[in-house]
Order: sequence, then C-alpha cells, then structure tokens
Amino acid sequence: MHMSDALLSPAVGATVWAGTLGTIAYCSKKIKENLDEKMIPMMGVIGAFIFAAQMVNFTIPGTGSSGHLGGGMILAILLGPHAAFIVMASVLTIQALFFADGGLLALGCNIWNLGFYPCFIGYPLIYKPIVQKGMSSKKILMASLFAVFVGLQLGAFSVVLETLLSGRSELPFGTFVLLMQPIHLAIGVVEGFITAGVINFVKTSRPELLESIAEIRSLSPETKMKKIVIAFLVIAIITGGAVSWFASSHPDGLEWSIERVYGKPELPEHETGIAMLLKTFQEKTAFLPDYTFKRKEDIKEQKTSDGEANAWPNIETGTSVSGILGSVMMLSLIVLIGFGIKIIRKKEAHSSKETSGLKGQGRS
Amino acid sequence: MNFDKEYFNLGVLDTLSYKNTLVHRLDPRTKVITTFAFIVTVVSFPKYEIAGLIPFLLFPVVIFALGDIPVWFILKKVLVVSVFAVFIGILNPLFDTHIKYHFFTLPVSGGWVSFFSILLKYFLTMCSALLLISTTSFPGICHALRKLGVPEIFISQLLFLYRYIFVLMEETLRMVRAKDLRSFGKKGQGISIFINLVGTLFVKTIERAERIYHAMLSRGFTGTIHFVLREGFGKKDFVFISATGITLYMFRAYDIVGLIGRLAERMFN
Repeated sequence: MHMSDALLSPAVGATVWAGTLGTIAYCSKKIKENLDEKMIPMMGVIGAFIFAAQMVNFTIPGTGSSGHLGGGMILAILLGPHAAFIVMASVLTIQALFFADGGLLALGCNIWNLGFYPCFIGYPLIYKPIVQKGMSSKKILMASLFAVFVGLQLGAFSVVLETLLSGRSELPFGTFVLLMQPIHLAIGVVEGFITAGVINFVKTSRPELLESIAEIRSLSPETKMKKIVIAFLVIAIITGGAVSWFASSHPDGLEWSIERVYGKPELPEHETGIAMLLKTFQEKTAFLPDYTFKRKEDIKEQKTSDGEANAWPNIETGTSVSGILGSVMMLSLIVLIGFGIKIIRKKEAHSSKETSGLKGQGRS
Repeated sequence: MNFDKEYFNLGVLDTLSYKNTLVHRLDPRTKVITTFAFIVTVVSFPKYEIAGLIPFLLFPVVIFALGDIPVWFILKKVLVVSVFAVFIGILNPLFDTHIKYHFFTLPVSGGWVSFFSILLKYFLTMCSALLLISTTSFPGICHALRKLGVPEIFISQLLFLYRYIFVLMEETLRMVRAKDLRSFGKKGQGISIFINLVGTLFVKTIERAERIYHAMLSRGFTGTIHFVLREGFGKKDFVFISATGITLYMFRAYDIVGLIGRLAERMFN
C-alpha cells in the first residue's frame, strides 16, 4: 500500500525522507566499496525487470481478485541488500513521478516502507539464516514466506505510524492496525509464494546466476549482520527521537516547525527579513485596514479555548459565507488566469508563425 | 492495471517532457526545488483547512497553461491512481462527528471538512508530481538531483533503469500477449503461469544485461554516465524561484480567500 502526500505532515515526511536518503547514501558507499562496476548496468536492467514484472497481473487462487508483484525480497535475494535497496528506491522514484503513486513527499516513506524492511530486516535476519545451510526448494519457500511476511507487516505498521503521527486521519490506532495488518498478511502470503517461485525457477534453469551474483557481492555474513543491526538501531533511535521531539515540543502538533519557518502575522518578534518586508508592505497597501488578516484557524482556536460546550454553536455564519464567497471568486480568478495565459500563448504562437512565414517568403 | 495503457502513458509523459515552452526551458533544479517547496507548503496546512488551500490551485493552472500540457490527460491520471488517501480519508467522517461549520443552514461535521481537505491536498500534490515530470525530461531531473547532492550511484541507477524500462516493457508486452493468445477463458491467469513468465523474463533480462555490459565496456565505460545539459541556471530561473517563493509565502501566511470574500460582501452590501 502506497503512502500518500495528502495524509502526511511536513515534519513526518521530512524525517522519513532523511532516513531514506541516509540509507541511500550508506548503500551507495557500500556498493562503491564492495562491487565492481559490472553491477551498475546489471542493477539498472534488473530494476527495469521488476518494473515490468509489477505490471503483469495474475489471479490470486480462490479469491478471483488480481495481484501484482512487490519485488523487494526478490531483489534482496538476487542482488544483496545494498544494491536491492538502491534498485527498489529507483523503481519507486520512477513510479512516483510517472504514475503519481503517492506523491513526492510520500516517496521517502514509500522507499522506507517497501525497501528498508525487506532489504535490511527480512533478508539478512530471516531469509539468509534459514537458507544458509543448503538451498532446497522447500527451504527457499519457507524462508521467502517468512521473510516477506515480516517485511510487509513492518511496512504496513510503518504506514500506520506515519499516518497517525501526521494527524490528518481520524482513524484510531487500534482500528487502523486491525485494518492494515490482516490485509498485508494476505498480500504477504501471495508475495512469498511468488518470491520463492521465481527464485526456484532461476535456481533450476540457471543455477549459476544465483551463485555468480552471490559471488560478486563478496559478503562476509557475520560482520555484515552486526553492522546492519547496529545501523538499523541508530536510524530507529534518530528517527524516533526526531519524530517524538517534533510531536511533543508543541501541543498543536507537527505543523509547529513549518509554522515557525513561515512565521505568522501575530508573531512580530519572529519576523525578520522578507517577512518583515512583506508585513510593512501589507500594512501600507491594506485596502481594508479594519479587517484583521487573522487566519481562520486562529479564530477557531480562540473559540474552542473559550469553552468546549460553546465552541461550535457560536460559529458565525458570516465567516463561513465570506469563506465560501471568497473561495468561489478565487477559483474563478484562477481559471481566468489560466485561460488568459492560454489565449496569449496562442496569439504569440500564431504571430510568430506569421512572421516566420513572411520571412520565408522574403527569402524565397 | 492495464499493461498496454500504462506503457503508452509512460511514453506520452516522456514525449511531453521534451516540449519547448517557457516552463520546459527552466533549469531542472528550479523545477525540482519549487515542486518540493509547493508540496511541503500545501501539506503543512492543518487538518481542517479548506479555504487556505484553494489559492494554491493557481500553480497547477499556470503550469498547465504555460507549459502547454494537455489538462485531461493529467487529470485522468490524478483521478484514477492511488486510492489509499481517499480510502483512509473517507473514514474521517465516521470518527469525527462534531459540527464544525454551518454551510448556510446545513451542519457540516469536522470529519467531512478534514476529508475534503485531504482530497484537495491529494489533488494538488498529485498534480504537482505529474506536472514536474511532464515539464522536465527524466535525465534532466536526474541531473538536477545529482547537482543537489544525491549519490552518484543512485543517479546512474535511475538513468539505467529509465533507459531499460522501455526495452524490457516491449519484451514483457510480447510475452504477455503470447501467453494471452494461448490461453482461453480463465486459464493461464494463475499464479504458477505468472511465476514461470517472470522467471523467464528474469533469465532473459540477465542475459541482456551481460550483453549490454560487454558492449559498454568495449565503448570505454568507466562507471559514471556523462551528459550535457541544454541550459544552465539563468535569470529566468531566479525570477521563477523568487516569484514562486513569495506567492507560496503569501498564500500560506495570509487568508487570501477570506479577504476576497469579505471584500465581495462589502461590495454587495
């Protein structure tokens, strides 16, 4: 399930983006250290493979509904965690841009949810230990099912956390968890079977591929795993710390930091530079000086602080009428601007064509 | 997902991004930065905000018009994709039932207000992502990201991936079509066929990757991709960034809609 911009607050989006970018930088460094440049075109083509395979639908047995491939675990098994994370991140980036899957702020969350858990939890901590002693197809199936299950559950739980911390949805924690986790249990079973199936297919038809890719990776599992666990812990602590700091430092929620950045007309002591300039400009040009520029939310807040019981019946219809009137006028203004630009552009194109045509004639 | 259609859409967006208009000629960095600033500003509005978000529609409208982007093509994509936000948002009215506004005489609960706020934010952010890619070529975006400090390996990965998507999609398209022609009714739609198809595709992919790698080596590939950008960061970029920045600030910090509404009321009275 893809996270969406509309459900995110800037603080949560930015924090998870920071974690994702950190992981991308870490993986890039690791790939540079460990691998030869043969991996670079290989990763590109395999990314395209995942991208194409995701678009092929299949029917899920018994339900009749159709599913498609996620691919994080397949990548981790075939390429190793670092390269897999980079490939997953690139696939999701292209999907976010071309299919608008979730949006660009949510892209950080999506890379984290769908890339980090299969690559750095499911693969090294679950798949590898099970498969390490001999790869039978049964073992591969068991390992994939279990690893994919854990990866997807963690990813789904992250979606819940990210949404709740952003505070845009009213869903209570318990309901949300009960909604997300079972759905992803079903998705996980299907994905696990596919992962195992594809790995087994490659193993029977081209066994040397699995080995040769594993060779390029040149992994020393003991130290690797420790490092990954430590890195995960560090990132978790930083992320958790940052999020809780944002969440707790202001009762109003996570918009606090952005409110700070943008400043508000009510906080003159914070206004410097361009804010100051804009304010004086606004004061000088105010055509209705007796009307406050206070935002609606502040008025609302004041009212709710007056007392919960009186809060809502007191809302003046005047405010909402002017709000609706203003919205309609703003919308028509925007549409007018759009058409205006279109018309001007068309005229320009027309006249430039004419002049070029005239030039052409002059030359001939 | 309809395979042929998605593939076709990918090609349309790619073609759009190579148009030659005022917006297309801006430096990719300018567009990446302003798009992110726009998204963060839109998303920063609190849960119950609707009026404050409306002025932001100005940005997509201006880009549609200036960039000469087909409106219906993008809108269709925005309305069809990712139902997750809508799905989670529609539950808000169930949980948040206290009355927030009176729409003339009709009481409106807080849940509906926050749901419409989510819908508006969804529309604005989706539009901005699709407008970014339809006004900036993908290699341009990669170049901008590289200049903004994203690791080299990730950039190479994005560029390689983008190049081979079109190749592999054609290959997959042929395989899926061949499978469809050989299967009737509900046969051939199952999971085991899918696994075999994807497995074969993978083996083919690896063989292709090896051929590509050898071809690149013999042409002197050293591990990084070089490319030349048509235009640099110029006066127009500076103007665009400052204009966007100031407008975003104004729309975020002042109640433009309320102001216009009160002004209009005054005129009518």
